[in-house]
Amino acid sequence: MTAIAAEPARVPPGSKHSDRKNRDSQRSAFRNLVTTEAKLLVREIVPLLWGIGFPMALLSIMGGFSHGPDKSLGGFSLVAAYEPILIAFTCATFALQGLPTVLAGYRERGILRRLNATPVGAGRLLGAQLTVNLSVTLIATVGILIVGDAAFGVPLPHQPAGFIVALLLTAAAMLTLGLLVASVARSGRVAAAVGTMIFLPLMFFAGLWTPQATMPAALRRVGDDTPLGAAVAALQHSMAGQWPPASGLAILAGYTVAFGLLGWRLFRWE
Amino acid sequence: MTPTGAIALEITNLRKRYGQKVAVDDLSLRVNEGEIFGILGPNGAGKTTTVECAEGLRHPDGGTVRVFGVDPYRDRGEARQLIGVQLQESQLPDKITVAEAINLYASFYPRHADTEALLTRLGLTEKRDTRYRKLSGGQKQRLSIALALVGSPRLVVFDELTTGLDPAARRESWRMVKELRDDGVTVLLVTHYADEAERLCDRVALIQSGRVVASGRPDELIDRSNASHATLDDAIVALTTGEAS
Repeated sequence: MTAIAAEPARVPPGSKHSDRKNRDSQRSAFRNLVTTEAKLLVREIVPLLWGIGFPMALLSIMGGFSHGPDKSLGGFSLVAAYEPILIAFTCATFALQGLPTVLAGYRERGILRRLNATPVGAGRLLGAQLTVNLSVTLIATVGILIVGDAAFGVPLPHQPAGFIVALLLTAAAMLTLGLLVASVARSGRVAAAVGTMIFLPLMFFAGLWTPQATMPAALRRVGDDTPLGAAVAALQHSMAGQWPPASGLAILAGYTVAFGLLGWRLFRWE
Repeated sequence: MTPTGAIALEITNLRKRYGQKVAVDDLSLRVNEGEIFGILGPNGAGKTTTVECAEGLRHPDGGTVRVFGVDPYRDRGEARQLIGVQLQESQLPDKITVAEAINLYASFYPRHADTEALLTRLGLTEKRDTRYRKLSGGQKQRLSIALALVGSPRLVVFDELTTGLDPAARRESWRMVKELRDDGVTVLLVTHYADEAERLCDRVALIQSGRVVASGRPDELIDRSNASHATLDDAIVALTTGEAS
């Protein structure tokens, strides 16, 4: 029989050595949580198809129908007008449909509670989920940019720094909104439903059905103040070579802070 | 069984209420290192709340809790290395494999046990690449025990360890609990099965309405209730309801 009994701690707690060892161990625990959550996401398949496969397919369809610059699309080609919309789609899918479903499901099944009984705590699982969802969002975005450039002649962002700022703020606003959904939803199933209910109007103002340039002026003004309306405008500007409008970035930052604070306050571990 | 004289868990005047409902009301108990201590009582008596305070999952409204002298709520990191838990109704993600789960949890503890040896001990080696969803109820239970032990805890809390298990699996769990004690691990067993407590526990505390109504060795409780009572089960009924059966 292998002894699995505890050996008494040889290192007195609180000593420098044990502190460092604990920190190292916590870091490796976080890495393992991120790896595990990434594996679990890949095994689900559906979120990846929806969050990466669907925008890629849409990009290809738009690319096929695209016939050069179009005045009614603000001088962009169809595929160029849709690229930022598809990037917003990817951000929203992982943040609003992936993240809250998983987190609320973990809470419902006592997984967060169980983690809180370990030295690592469930807060790090939250961090791992945010990391994994942000990572796949960034990977999908790079994929969209590369395919758009290589296959359909949509140039890479002319204002890369502005694009990165706009993209990160978009992802942050969506992920904190996803956290808020996870906070208020009692189960994974409810979180999925609430996430979708929010996703649809947000994507409407992002221009998924009718791009912003073709929206009536009044609707567009409303859309500019929504997270994904502001996001698409900011991404579009930076792709065309301009720094994104400060008002749009401020709106995204404002949503991030508001959703983040509210989500953090309302979040329950069990 | 060689109690070393150290106190594994000391709960003094614990109080915890949820809104208007008092879950634990001035409860005190002491678990010595190296013993199997049973917390017995009817559903809703406050058993789970009491151990959740010991696990640092709940903040007591009053009183003190110490795990090997450490406050489990204030010094979470330290206390949680000392205590391993198997929680009621706690699951794992459907698609995580047995080996991934045990290695992940091992990485949470600086002084963790050998995970392969642990899987062997709990009869899960053949299931190491099986996903959680595909495990049987008994296998899920054994995995949750493995996760409770992977941090080499000095105190293990089993909350409803054998609820829902078939008789063979129950006996297997009992054998494992005794082995743990033989290895020097202190075991806190929350149960509502008197036969289980009578068989396993060195001492028990009987909890009702958030208070300890009786505590001691199982045979002491049987004697104390009434000489004619043959089992701990009878003694519990007598001690909690005042009825002689």
